[in-house]
Amino acid sequence: MTDLREHAVDIHEQFSDSLDVGVDEIESRLETLVSEYRVPVDEARRSIVSTYLDEADMDREDLSGGTSQSATVADIDTPEEWLDLTVKIVDLWEPGSDSIAQVGLLGDETGTVKFTKWAKSELPELEEGSVYDLEGVVTDEYQGRFSVKLNSATTIEALDTDLEVGDDATDVEGALVDIQSGSGLIKRCPAEDCTRVLQNGRCSEHGDVEGEFDLRIKGVLDDGVEIHETIFNQESTEELTGITLEEAQQMAMDALDTEVVVEEMRETVLGRYYRVAGPTLGRYVLANDIERLGAPTDAERVLIRARSM
Amino acid sequence: MSASVPTREVARRAFATEFNDATYTFKESDDDRAPVYSLLPTGQRANRVFVAGTLTETEDVGDDSEYWRGRIVDPTGTFFTYAGQYQPEATSVLRETETPAYVTVVGKPRTYETDEGDVNVSLRPESISVVDDTTRNRWVVETADRTLDRIEAFDGTNEYATMAETQYGSELSTYRDGVISALEDLEAAADEEIPAEA
Repeated sequence: MTDLREHAVDIHEQFSDSLDVGVDEIESRLETLVSEYRVPVDEARRSIVSTYLDEADMDREDLSGGTSQSATVADIDTPEEWLDLTVKIVDLWEPGSDSIAQVGLLGDETGTVKFTKWAKSELPELEEGSVYDLEGVVTDEYQGRFSVKLNSATTIEALDTDLEVGDDATDVEGALVDIQSGSGLIKRCPAEDCTRVLQNGRCSEHGDVEGEFDLRIKGVLDDGVEIHETIFNQESTEELTGITLEEAQQMAMDALDTEVVVEEMRETVLGRYYRVAGPTLGRYVLANDIERLGAPTDAERVLIRARSM
Repeated sequence: MSASVPTREVARRAFATEFNDATYTFKESDDDRAPVYSLLPTGQRANRVFVAGTLTETEDVGDDSEYWRGRIVDPTGTFFTYAGQYQPEATSVLRETETPAYVTVVGKPRTYETDEGDVNVSLRPESISVVDDTTRNRWVVETADRTLDRIEAFDGTNEYATMAETQYGSELSTYRDGVISALEDLEAAADEEIPAEA
């Protein structure tokens, strides 16, 4: 079988349910594009699939790849992959649009990921806490965060079993050796879904805006072997420093300067040991849980080690 | 790793005795902005350190402008730290802290040659924090552990161990003994503080 023939067979399989089109016809269209118009095979294939999608009134997402493979949540690292997952529905959220039937969080032993089930997929209702075999979900990526989509090509089978859902939180500890700029009392852009931190009252997207106050620390934990950049949101910054957002605003108002807040925070937290746990976002660990580390617990072990060397 | 995104240097842990012996400095590239490293005798490069101890004395040794010197004592020796107008926060801590007090310092090793031709090592602070004894004690145990890690990894396959052997020799027992006495000191202090259980 020639390469073009193979591609034609693949495409034919994808549309066999929805269009009455023969392998020969597909191959001949490929042939025209590739041989006559010198279009690369991948592009030719894409273009033909688009044509048939239009004819069948389907979205690319409805298309079965025919090549979905069994995977775990932790495997998800590429958009537009077709995967089979065995997962538990961890959380269901309020769909933000009529085109979405269900949205939430699903997970397996290796971690959790957001999922979206399209309304027009007409798939059965997923129940929170139940475990399912999902065949043919499609991965998606937005700003470095992955999700999976359930569409009309997805098959759902409820399993009568339970599943331990792992969290992808990491746990790091060390001395807090630095608080980076952009920490303390900050202002964020109030535009919907923006939340960018303002620089001199300006949002890089929306220009001059009346910002909303927030607390944040971008810190560096260092254990003498490696460093971990860590972000503390308002809640964890308040817990870490003992300074609430209201108190911080009052401090800044009294001093006519927001910098006093981060200066006070530096004095309270720099040069102390902490353990933080939370999900990772890019190179940052989001500090959901914070523990101040006090007196050492392993002096005896280290002394024995030293004496035995 | 891309050269345009410099990675932050890890703050090494070393006791004062070893820190003050780290008189050899080097760069790993010809770039003017390339980091300067001090070579720790147990075989590690240090562009930044994290130290803890008792701030026992502070003195403004500056002529025209403020220039503060602090003595920070750990179980093995004394770190000397100097802060001036370019380290305003650290300077104000040295100016205002009543000694003695436990402190931690994040800073960079600096070497200078005395009139007699000796090389002295000091610490230029990025930040100085007044802390409690639990933080200081945690640092002692952590620094002991890290020092033992380096001693254990001191062999011919380790680039910085090889460099240290050339510069300082391979006699590391001082540093191991320093670790032991630091930990014994810690235990003795703990025994004094905690009343014996009935």
